[in-house]
Amino acid sequence: MANIKTSEKKSKAQSMGMHTEVLTGRTQQKFFNPDEAENFYYFGTYDVDFNKRTDLDVMNMSAPEANKEIDNLMSQGYGTIVIKNPQGKHSLGVGILNKLNLIFEGSLGYFGMGSCDGPIVRINGRVGWSCAENLMAGKVVIEKNAGSCFGAAIRGGDLICKGSVGARTGIDMKGGTIIIGGDAGAFTGFMMQRGRIIILGDVGINLGDSMYDGTIFVGGEIGSYGSDAVDAELTSSDQDWLRRKLKVAEIGEDFDVSKMKKIVAGKKLWNYDNLEPTEKKGAI
Amino acid sequence: MCGIAGLIHRGKSSNVGSELQGMLQALKHRGEDSTGYALYGDTDGKNFIMRFKVGENVGEGSSSVMEDVSVYDERKKIVDQTLSEMGAKIIKEERTLPYSLRYEVDYETKDLLDFSQRIESIPGVEILSMGKSLEVIKDLGNAKMVCDRYSLDKLVGTHAIGHARMATESGVDIKSAHPFWGYPFSDVSVVHNGQLTNYWNNRRVLENKGMRFMSECDSELIAVYIAQKMREGASLEEGMKDSLTGLDGVFTYFVATKDSLGMAKDTMAAKPLVLYESDDLVAMGSEEIAIRSVLPQEIDTYDPFDGEVKVWQI
Repeated sequence: MANIKTSEKKSKAQSMGMHTEVLTGRTQQKFFNPDEAENFYYFGTYDVDFNKRTDLDVMNMSAPEANKEIDNLMSQGYGTIVIKNPQGKHSLGVGILNKLNLIFEGSLGYFGMGSCDGPIVRINGRVGWSCAENLMAGKVVIEKNAGSCFGAAIRGGDLICKGSVGARTGIDMKGGTIIIGGDAGAFTGFMMQRGRIIILGDVGINLGDSMYDGTIFVGGEIGSYGSDAVDAELTSSDQDWLRRKLKVAEIGEDFDVSKMKKIVAGKKLWNYDNLEPTEKKGAI
Repeated sequence: MCGIAGLIHRGKSSNVGSELQGMLQALKHRGEDSTGYALYGDTDGKNFIMRFKVGENVGEGSSSVMEDVSVYDERKKIVDQTLSEMGAKIIKEERTLPYSLRYEVDYETKDLLDFSQRIESIPGVEILSMGKSLEVIKDLGNAKMVCDRYSLDKLVGTHAIGHARMATESGVDIKSAHPFWGYPFSDVSVVHNGQLTNYWNNRRVLENKGMRFMSECDSELIAVYIAQKMREGASLEEGMKDSLTGLDGVFTYFVATKDSLGMAKDTMAAKPLVLYESDDLVAMGSEEIAIRSVLPQEIDTYDPFDGEVKVWQI
């Protein structure tokens, strides 16, 4: 098991510019110690060679069969796998806890790439609802559009959609970055807790509704703000970060980030530091 | 959960019965208590096609009570007699199943309200659809079972909508199955995925305006709601846009008329819909795999946004 220790001084991650949100109240700031990397052990992972490449045609496979075969190929050391004929099937590529280059030649249905930790994925098509839900680390790039609940509850990694996405993008997200090249639907960033969402196009109603924390950047028009979502100043470091991210994401590199809007939590709904009603009675 | 699917060919006809069967069968995991088809076939447009039932399917899982076939025969006789009294001439008659009938009727009127009220005043009789092109076929079981039972795979037409139902708020029977006819409008049908929370309030208002409800399925409200709006002079699209605020709850629904197909999505965008649109064909469904059954090649699809209404013509 990896060591978890409470940070007492500025961690390596922080010195790299990550984890910039200041956490207050009862929350505790805990990070993995990168110096302990050799002690990390992930169950069900394999040593793979990115130069060892193979194709997998899933036309006549069910999702569990296809996912088992991906796992089998990784166990044989294949580090680059090209999936042919996904045909909009649901739950493809879920639960991959490995470094892996995974390429889908076609579209996925619901829950594609759910609960993954580490793979670099390119989907040359569209994805249905709840793509990359619970993503922990890695990068998922979708060349076309995505359905609703895109990147629900992700904790890390980069999730990029070059087209437009449906409603509730980044709902309940706890970290990582979501980048949208087109428009996004209603309730984008609903109840998000950390992380960042970048939308180059327009966004629907109730943006950032009940967000706890995190940041949303919007390049186009905003349908309406949700409860407790407020504007914030777009700083020069924000702009630098946006340019870097858009470049790495191969999306909107020439986009004028200086005109983007920055939305954060107003924190009027926060009650972490308030006493519970019973505690209040005791205090009185 | 339920699944819905629809397609419209623009400028040509196709084997829509078979195509819709494939789309709905791909969605059978969303519910197979019942499956329904609203097919717009190629006809000469002279006569009305009346699909009606004189009883219920009391097969496995049904919530209906078993009746003797002689009861169905008696009801059919009364229907025939009532049609004759109204001056409606039966041109062609098909009895696919003991409880399910299809009539081609020569009837000179545009007002189907009185016609429908008289037919449906016969106990146990319900008109499933009435139109010059529309045929609503619905029964218990998944898409393939219903298609095989009614030999729908050879039906040629321009457009169709359908529904795979997981019964949640009303019984497992034909009367609660989708699609619903937009009574009393010729050739109007509706399928819906979602829940409506102001069903009873709206139902009371609409019943006071003379509209009829045959089931307690909330989805029937959409058909009646839009029919009432059209009765008041609204276009199909206007009626659908009005429904976004008039209906409360979560929904994605399709409406079809003789020459058009429309979709509407609630303002929360809580129910799924994937859409493919080209110059020749529009195909949509609750999941992309439904569209893939008619378009297996790689295609560009998208999710319509919250509060979106779209209507396409043939």
